[in-house]
Amino acid sequence: MDRSKDEPGGLRVKPINNGTVIDHIAEGQALNVLKILGISGTTGATVSVVMNVESKKLGRKDIVKVEDRELREEELDRIALIAPAASINIIRNCKVTEKRPVDLPDEIVGVVRCQNPNCISNTQEPIKSRMLVKGKNPVLLRCLYCEQPLTEGIAEYLI
Amino acid sequence: MFMKRHVLSMREFSKEEIDSVLDLAQSLEPMARGRKSDMLAGKILALLFFEPSTRTRMSFETAMKRLGGSVISLGPAEGSSISKGESLADTVRVIGGYADALVIRHPKEGSARLASQFSPVPVLNGGDGAGHHPTQTLLDLYTIRKESHLENLHIALVGDLKYGRTVHSLAYALSLYGADITLISPLTLRMPDSIKADLSSKGTIVRETSDLGEVIDNVDVLYMTRIQRERFPDPVEYQRVASSYRITPEFLARAPKDLIIMHPLPRVDEISPTVDDTIHARYFQQSFYGVPVRMALLKMLIGGG
Repeated sequence: MDRSKDEPGGLRVKPINNGTVIDHIAEGQALNVLKILGISGTTGATVSVVMNVESKKLGRKDIVKVEDRELREEELDRIALIAPAASINIIRNCKVTEKRPVDLPDEIVGVVRCQNPNCISNTQEPIKSRMLVKGKNPVLLRCLYCEQPLTEGIAEYLI
Repeated sequence: MFMKRHVLSMREFSKEEIDSVLDLAQSLEPMARGRKSDMLAGKILALLFFEPSTRTRMSFETAMKRLGGSVISLGPAEGSSISKGESLADTVRVIGGYADALVIRHPKEGSARLASQFSPVPVLNGGDGAGHHPTQTLLDLYTIRKESHLENLHIALVGDLKYGRTVHSLAYALSLYGADITLISPLTLRMPDSIKADLSSKGTIVRETSDLGEVIDNVDVLYMTRIQRERFPDPVEYQRVASSYRITPEFLARAPKDLIIMHPLPRVDEISPTVDDTIHARYFQQSFYGVPVRMALLKMLIGGG
């Protein structure tokens, strides 16, 4: 289940027993996926990252495997921000037990900051950033406060 | 009858809602000119102006007083206590407890939206940074409807179309009326692509040029805006651009008789004072129309109109 059909070279990273495999991440976005999931070098999670491998579907792609952790719906939504074509496989006892699509909700709260430096959401006011999702492919966000659109370089604005 | 609890952005207004505001403004115009009214007697409007704005502040104040209500406002002392560190959210919660509605003007974009989330009473956006100024747009629409026509309008928006929030909201609102819009600006101050795309998606015909002379004989409304000197690193370039958009009676010789000239004011030198007495000038009427339009909004929000 861990051998990507897109991966001509066979296995680059051994299959995991339990956890989550995030496949078909746009090339170069794997580290941003880790950022979205709150995974850093100090969080203790066992994580495998494959970057820029060949993919029939995407040309090139990244893959992230997180052991012993099943992603929550909310986390999948966030992944859709930067990897709208990603596919999620939940692995239990070495088998894919669930395939989950990623899909953006209508509003993203506290995940992406507004790119407008003069937006009230970038001050010390007691609010979280709120982005309305106006388009999903390509992703188009609009700040609820200042209404400025954000469509390119979203990963740079992840909180 | 008014459906909005707050007035934050023109994007939240349908054409029908705009028409209802303009209709009510029309009926209130005699009171805006001085006929006595006590429609909002006993009601209090709070003016939270965190940056200077003579016209917007005084026209709201006039509107409230013309309807028999009263006004409280942040003076310099209160302003300085806020600058000590109280959040806008807290300020709005506190002053919202004193008044029946708040008008907020603030240098940060989105501040009125934030205020609306914390205020116990309706919030009117009196201008938030380079963001929105919906009451200015409504008075612009009122002026166009009274002094020209809203349907099948050909309007030229001239000047700083990049940073001018007035023209962004106005262009959006005019798209609801099927306007034909010509954008006239220096290359460096063109309307942002996102706004042009928004207009095109609504079927609005949008043209762009740098030459005002191209359209002067074929527009109903010439909407002038101020080009700010500080936008140009090169003063020579500023002078060249600024002078190319200076309206004079001589320039207007080719203009249709019923062309009207509008400007949100203050003007610097983009309209010669000698134009003031021509049949085309409407900017001072436009400024006055802010009073009946703001009266209409206050009546709808506070008076249940």
